[in-house]
Amino acid sequence: MKILSRTYMWLVFALLYAPILVLVVFSFNEGGSLSSYTGFSFRWYGELFRDSVALQSLKNSLFLAVGSATLATVIGTFAALGLDRMRNRYVKGAVNAVTNIPMMNPDIVTGVSMMLLFVALAGILNISDILGRWTMLIAHTTFSLPYVILSVLPRFRQFDKSLREAALDLGCTPAQSFFKVELPQILPGVISGFIMGFTLSLDDFVISHFVSSPDFQTLPLYIYNQTAHNVKYSMYALCTLIIVAILALLLLVNFAGGIGDRTKRRKEAVK
Amino acid sequence: MKKKLSFLERAAAVPHMVWAIMFIVAPLLFVAYFAFTDANGSFTLSNIELLSSYSHIFLVSICFSLVATFCCLLIGYPLAFVISRSKPSTQKLLTVLLMLPMWISLLIRTYSLMTLLDNGGLVNSLLTALGFEPVTMVGTGGAVILGMIYDFLPYMVLPIYTSMQKMDHRYLEAAADLGCNSFQTMFRVVLPLTAPGILSGITMVFVPSISTFYISQKLGGGNFDLIGDTIERQFKYPSTYHVGAALSLVMMILILISVAVMNRFSDQEGEMIV
Amino acid sequence: MNNTLIKLRSIEKSFDGEQVLCGIDLDIHDKEFVTLLGPSGCGKTTTLRIIGGFETPDVGDVYFDGERINDLPPHKRQVNTVFQKYALFPHLNVYDNVAFGLRVQKVKEDEIQERVREMLTMTGLKGFESRRPATLSGGQQQRVAIARALINRPRVLLLDEPLGALDLKLRKDMQNELKRIQHATGITFIYVTHDQEEALSMSDTVVVMANGRIQQIGTPTDIYNEPVNAFVADFIGESNILDGVMLCDNKARFAAHTFDCVDGGFAKNEAVDVVIRPEDVDVVPVEKGMLSGTVSGVTFKGDYYEIIVDVCGFKWMIETSDYVAPEQKIGLYIEPDAIHIMKKSEYSGKFGDYSTFSEEMDHLSDPDTEASENEEETLLS
Repeated sequence: MKILSRTYMWLVFALLYAPILVLVVFSFNEGGSLSSYTGFSFRWYGELFRDSVALQSLKNSLFLAVGSATLATVIGTFAALGLDRMRNRYVKGAVNAVTNIPMMNPDIVTGVSMMLLFVALAGILNISDILGRWTMLIAHTTFSLPYVILSVLPRFRQFDKSLREAALDLGCTPAQSFFKVELPQILPGVISGFIMGFTLSLDDFVISHFVSSPDFQTLPLYIYNQTAHNVKYSMYALCTLIIVAILALLLLVNFAGGIGDRTKRRKEAVK
Repeated sequence: MKKKLSFLERAAAVPHMVWAIMFIVAPLLFVAYFAFTDANGSFTLSNIELLSSYSHIFLVSICFSLVATFCCLLIGYPLAFVISRSKPSTQKLLTVLLMLPMWISLLIRTYSLMTLLDNGGLVNSLLTALGFEPVTMVGTGGAVILGMIYDFLPYMVLPIYTSMQKMDHRYLEAAADLGCNSFQTMFRVVLPLTAPGILSGITMVFVPSISTFYISQKLGGGNFDLIGDTIERQFKYPSTYHVGAALSLVMMILILISVAVMNRFSDQEGEMIV
Repeated sequence: MNNTLIKLRSIEKSFDGEQVLCGIDLDIHDKEFVTLLGPSGCGKTTTLRIIGGFETPDVGDVYFDGERINDLPPHKRQVNTVFQKYALFPHLNVYDNVAFGLRVQKVKEDEIQERVREMLTMTGLKGFESRRPATLSGGQQQRVAIARALINRPRVLLLDEPLGALDLKLRKDMQNELKRIQHATGITFIYVTHDQEEALSMSDTVVVMANGRIQQIGTPTDIYNEPVNAFVADFIGESNILDGVMLCDNKARFAAHTFDCVDGGFAKNEAVDVVIRPEDVDVVPVEKGMLSGTVSGVTFKGDYYEIIVDVCGFKWMIETSDYVAPEQKIGLYIEPDAIHIMKKSEYSGKFGDYSTFSEEMDHLSDPDTEASENEEETLLS
């Protein structure tokens, strides 16, 4: 029984990883075929680095990830503080419900809805091409916000209120007690919120697909456009590099103490 | 001084509220607005009426997603159980293995699956080498469903695994003590206790499955139109935004209703757990 | 009463290389109330789990009604368990929890109904049928756990610290309740506890365990009055344990004085441990005492005073009903039958002098460490 279940488990994992591994292996393939491996080479990596569109997409992706994660972290942390202190149950409930909408909605609806907003705004303001860098920043910030709030809010909730009183008792002003006592306790939540936002932004394709324009591409959009037509094999190299980067990040995060469990957050949010 | 600060603290949520109204609520209102207007901006129900011609697409999408969700549950539940029963140190490794695909872009995973199943792909090369006829897989409904299962399986396993991990192993001992063999323990104790995990897993697989368009484009070879594809196509040209908005609106309402129903169940289950 | 139901033969068990049980031999008779008593980590819970089938011994055999059951899984044993924290199924209400075992056996639903009703009446749970376990108090959950186990009419009921989570008043009530249930059902109870008072007041037989070994098996009075070694003497009640020499039968020398006693059968001049219970020492004027010393501490305990008396450097604990002032010189008088002589053991010299005020006692009977210890034991499985 034990052997059977073990075999089953590794079989599923093998199937889960087989396509990815094949992709990685063939990114080092000398020839341009996916059915026969003709020899080891870095040829496609070289081509990738000469592809200026790919490099520009990487830059755009990083700009967006840092920008939207920062914005979402700032707004979200303040929002969590406000939600924690808020006494009106109905306002609180309403804010929570609205915040969670982008998490429960299918990405395609979120993307479409934002696109319609921007298009309508463009009509009103009479701007011809509104979609691009800034609409992307807004969209990415918006879908990251709930994740930031969800990782910061519990920290505020868990914070022992008597610590604040202790700080006041020991002569802190309320502001000092916030910065010296409360903030350090909240910080891990803020950091993991930032990391969440950062990775979500890097990973997002569906929402970006609707609110971007051809002259502002991110890596996922670049991959999408590449795979829409005949694929250049440098794509495999790009995918391999991304997988390696994610693996490194995941290991780092796991060793840093288990931050960033996307499902759990999503699950909590759905509840 | 203190009053001012506590007022400031409560006001800290205001920027977020403004943001949420502008970029969460307003866009949804625009979806509704576009769904009920024509190109000139006047009220019409014709977009909604037009949806009846898409009913088979809805049907196919729902069927595909249901099958994929069911398969994920069938494959994922035993997997979650096996993982939760292994040694704690192994468990950590296995959860990382499970989470890694979730962080790799869906595009890359779908695309790599496609290259594997393609007519000139590795699977067919293997089949030919073994003396079998090559099989056309990409472009079939099976491939689309397989793609959904492949892409979203971890989203089923992880919440179920979490709920199994939270389950006190004493319940298993108690069940054995009261005369249950392993199958009876599974159905009488483990399954009911992990119901919240199952429900959240179902939601997390069903919602992206029904709204996907990349999977059906790549693995369906353009032969299968799902709701996602249809919506995506409507937003290529401004003239069809209105129909697209109507489609999105209906899909959103369908999904929000089913998620709400699921949550009712899982809330009740949640109470039992507490 | 006399036929042996469960036999353990030279059971050994270790977890991660740490030996938890070393050579356990134990006979448990039908309809007996047996208590496994010992401090945290003594192996009592592991012994119970071996009987329940949740652990298999590394070495040794388990017999049930004459049959070897080492490899019999728990669900095939005629044994039911009341778990430490009850392990009531949270997704089922009280009725369904109690009916669980019968449903698994596919008993007819109307018979189930009757038996559940009977069981709930016996355990005083009538009217709670549709409540969820989480909404019940600790005592009520306890009763559900007992009802859920007993309804299967097991030959043996295993109880793993069942009263550990209850407060003192409730514990006393439940102790009586359990005794009543055991008498009413005639089922063999095997009860694990670290509370010596509980063990003495409830059991027919007490099994004292320490360091994975059985120290003594006997009736509560035997265990209290005739402890076999310093560990048992110290763990069961308070004791003064002194080094002594057995001069000959009925003559023992300790505390620089020769006493008459009622024990015999030792070698001439054999070194022994001498146990004297605090309530067996009489306080008398100095000139009438066999020993004399200075009172160094007095504690009021309600119905008696607990005094510590320094006799030539050895501190005695004495319970007396008359007040004695600190620093007063007093005499001590001991009746021959109050002196218990024990053979020297690995525990000699570790207990019994109250000059350290028995830190080891506090440690041994600390319920918190016990609970977490059991936690660990079960986690290891």
